[in-house]
Amino acid sequence: MDHLDKLEAQSVYILREAYREFKSLCMLWSIGKDSTVMLWLARKAFFGHVPIPLVHIDTHFKIPEMIDYRDRVALEWNLNMIYGENREALDGKLTFPDGNTDRLTCCKYLKSEALKHTLSGEWPRYRMDHELQRYVVDEGKEPYTGVIVGVRADEEGSRSKERYFSPRDKDNVWDVGDQPPEFWNQFKTDFAPGTHVRIHPLLDWTEQNIWEYIEREKIPVVSLYFNQGEGTRYRSLGCYPCTNPVNSESRTVPEIIEELKSGRLSNIAERSGRAQDSEDGGLETLRRDGYM
Amino acid sequence: MNSGRAQMNIVIVGHVDHGKSTVIGRLLADTGTLPQGKLEAIRESCRRNSKPFEYAFLLDALKDEQAQGITIDMARCFFKTAARDYIIIDAPGHIEFLKNMITGASRAESALLVIDADEGIKENSKRHGQMVSMLGVKQVTVLANKMDLTGFSEDVFEKLKADYTAFLAQINVVPVSYIPVSARDGDNIAFHSERMPWYKGATVLQQLDGFISDKELHEKPFRFPVQDIYKFTRSNDDRRIVAGTVAAGSVKVGDEVLFLPSGKQSAIQSVESFNTSPKQVASAGDASGFTLSTQIYVRPGELMVKPSEPQPEVGSRFRVNLFWVGRAPMIRQKEYKLKLGSARATVKLAEICNTLDASDLTYSKSKQQIDCRDVGECILETSRPIAFDTTSASETTGRFVIVDNYEIAGGGVVVENLSAGESLLQQHIRDRENNWEAGLVRPEQRAKANRHQAKFIVFTGAPGSGKRAVAKALEQGLFQNGMNAYYLGVANIDRGLDADLGSHSDSAGERMRRIGELARILTDAGLIFITTIDDADDYDIETLKLLNEPNDILVVNLGENGFSRYQPDLQLQAFETLGDAEAQVATLLKAREIIIDYQI
Repeated sequence: MDHLDKLEAQSVYILREAYREFKSLCMLWSIGKDSTVMLWLARKAFFGHVPIPLVHIDTHFKIPEMIDYRDRVALEWNLNMIYGENREALDGKLTFPDGNTDRLTCCKYLKSEALKHTLSGEWPRYRMDHELQRYVVDEGKEPYTGVIVGVRADEEGSRSKERYFSPRDKDNVWDVGDQPPEFWNQFKTDFAPGTHVRIHPLLDWTEQNIWEYIEREKIPVVSLYFNQGEGTRYRSLGCYPCTNPVNSESRTVPEIIEELKSGRLSNIAERSGRAQDSEDGGLETLRRDGYM
Repeated sequence: MNSGRAQMNIVIVGHVDHGKSTVIGRLLADTGTLPQGKLEAIRESCRRNSKPFEYAFLLDALKDEQAQGITIDMARCFFKTAARDYIIIDAPGHIEFLKNMITGASRAESALLVIDADEGIKENSKRHGQMVSMLGVKQVTVLANKMDLTGFSEDVFEKLKADYTAFLAQINVVPVSYIPVSARDGDNIAFHSERMPWYKGATVLQQLDGFISDKELHEKPFRFPVQDIYKFTRSNDDRRIVAGTVAAGSVKVGDEVLFLPSGKQSAIQSVESFNTSPKQVASAGDASGFTLSTQIYVRPGELMVKPSEPQPEVGSRFRVNLFWVGRAPMIRQKEYKLKLGSARATVKLAEICNTLDASDLTYSKSKQQIDCRDVGECILETSRPIAFDTTSASETTGRFVIVDNYEIAGGGVVVENLSAGESLLQQHIRDRENNWEAGLVRPEQRAKANRHQAKFIVFTGAPGSGKRAVAKALEQGLFQNGMNAYYLGVANIDRGLDADLGSHSDSAGERMRRIGELARILTDAGLIFITTIDDADDYDIETLKLLNEPNDILVVNLGENGFSRYQPDLQLQAFETLGDAEAQVATLLKAREIIIDYQI
């Protein structure tokens, strides 16, 4: 087994463990490279099928190509695709692009809050109807007790402290200081009523592993990750008002792998193009409140 | 990290302030892994603040920076030698962080255990030594650090080596090597120290490269804990796939396989995968899936093995070594959940043989409970048999964790199968029956007056097989024929008698016990007591049978037969017409002389 085989086997094991133990399970799909690899790993785990609903939090400020890609893949791979949103904040224009909040508050409203209430089933969920080929209001309102998230330990500080199975209390809060032990591939799969567990199958993957695996498996990803001739590409994807590309000539997956191996980007954080991270408190503050 | 290069996880453990961070800092510096200019910057900052430079500052600085997104990990550092890439897991030395230390160490293939040569062996030098060994880290090298403070004394080093070796011998651990180092100055880290010419062994880096990656799993007997059974019929896929990760050995298409504890047999028809070339073989480490050549009913939690190879143990009572990190102590009488491989079982602490306080190595045979951070030898008993290996045979299928109140609270290894002895349940029944206070009415008098025998009738089968409808129809029929029959809905017990058990999944054994005890009482009262149980297996019935003793049980299964060896008294189709089903049960009751007459 090479290192990608080992990473794949561990992720598949975690996905199967989650599917076995959590009756009400979903997988968050941000359309980015990491959660798309995770989606692919689910197809590996379940032999071509994805028996877990995919949940996307739509801020309505995503780069349009991302949404096109989401819906195309959802139909092609026969995914149980669900999206949720913060309708109240969007209608009230309580967002950073509308000039009414700072970036972190905007993230909190459009992502953390939308996520929390979509997971709990309090706010409407929209499900892709494969016959109509459009979204309809989902009947399902049961809270998700297991939430699979594609975070990686090497992305930034707070994510390196995660467990594979990480409990969140009823307010989505993460107690970083007192986490359950995890050994011999036995995870926290028991949880008290009202709480839920975040499951992190990609924790051990690095940015380079992700691209190596995309190359090996020929996984389709959005073209925003590649230089289209302007000498820039996105390294991490988010909402367009808060996401900037990096300078890079890489036009293909092998070129990105070479670029990462060269160490040219090693002193630039992967999420450096994500403006909310550099605001006061940044990602750790957001994550304690339930951000992915 | 470059692709294709060998990689090894190592953990660094030891008492707080014995120099773990310094060792890591030095390894990073001496292998040229640090960001450019980093070392100089820290030295300069120390000079400006008139502090002596320490490598631990470097580590702290790197951790701070990571919060801003540079690649050094909080708990993990990366470095490489000519031989391979390393991931260092920095395990906290503070006793309060034992849970984190365990989490880190269990992911490592080898360990460096740091002991301050000047201060000597401390509590966590011992505790961590023992934990690392229990967690299955095979290769341990002990670093006698801060040799500069001892004047590079060979005597101090030899004394520490002798003392610690003696300690480790008591817990059956033999370290790979001892290395005298001064991590602060780099002695014997990457380069041989000129200040300790008496030491001829390997440097730390040489020793790391000398550790062997775990390959032996492939040569062991095949072990495949069944994680799940998949059938995605709704997506037009008729494959019934037995899924899981191969724990040891390998299997190929055509091999005969045996499932334990059920004892069912079949053969591998195909090795399944997605987006790969067709596979014929699956071996240790592969997250795989198989179809079988015959349709047999297998459950998640069974262990698939090859009948041609050495067999694992099957049992429900075993001697274990365990460590406890739960907030509440482990006590007798309480039900916990045991997870071993893919098996899940309700478990009780049957006996405490020995507890060890790892800090001073004192044994106690008189403790009544296992406290947080204790290591104990004890006897556990599961409510039903599971398949496992004793750790001497195969460790991946001999390790378990124990869940208490939703949390993993302990872990351990199985040392010996004790299933031949009397179980806790058998002891309980013996005790109960010896002390049963009977009234003045004898059972045969009751049967005569009732004109029927007492009986406990259990309807089994998958949820939704229609068994409740049949059970209720039978109760009504018996009643209309003038008999004392009573149907009890299991949901009523959940909300009533079992309300104190909440929704805990680890009280399955207790729930079953209460149904059995109820049956014992109601059959003693002369009733025909009827209830239903979803997905019952051989051991559920065995348990109910024992609990209902000395009275009799009768089992009617509807639909697919989930039992492996047990033969139900009557097998019915799922959703048989009510009248037919009722008539068949009545015929059986007459044949068994439980009732005399029955008019539908």
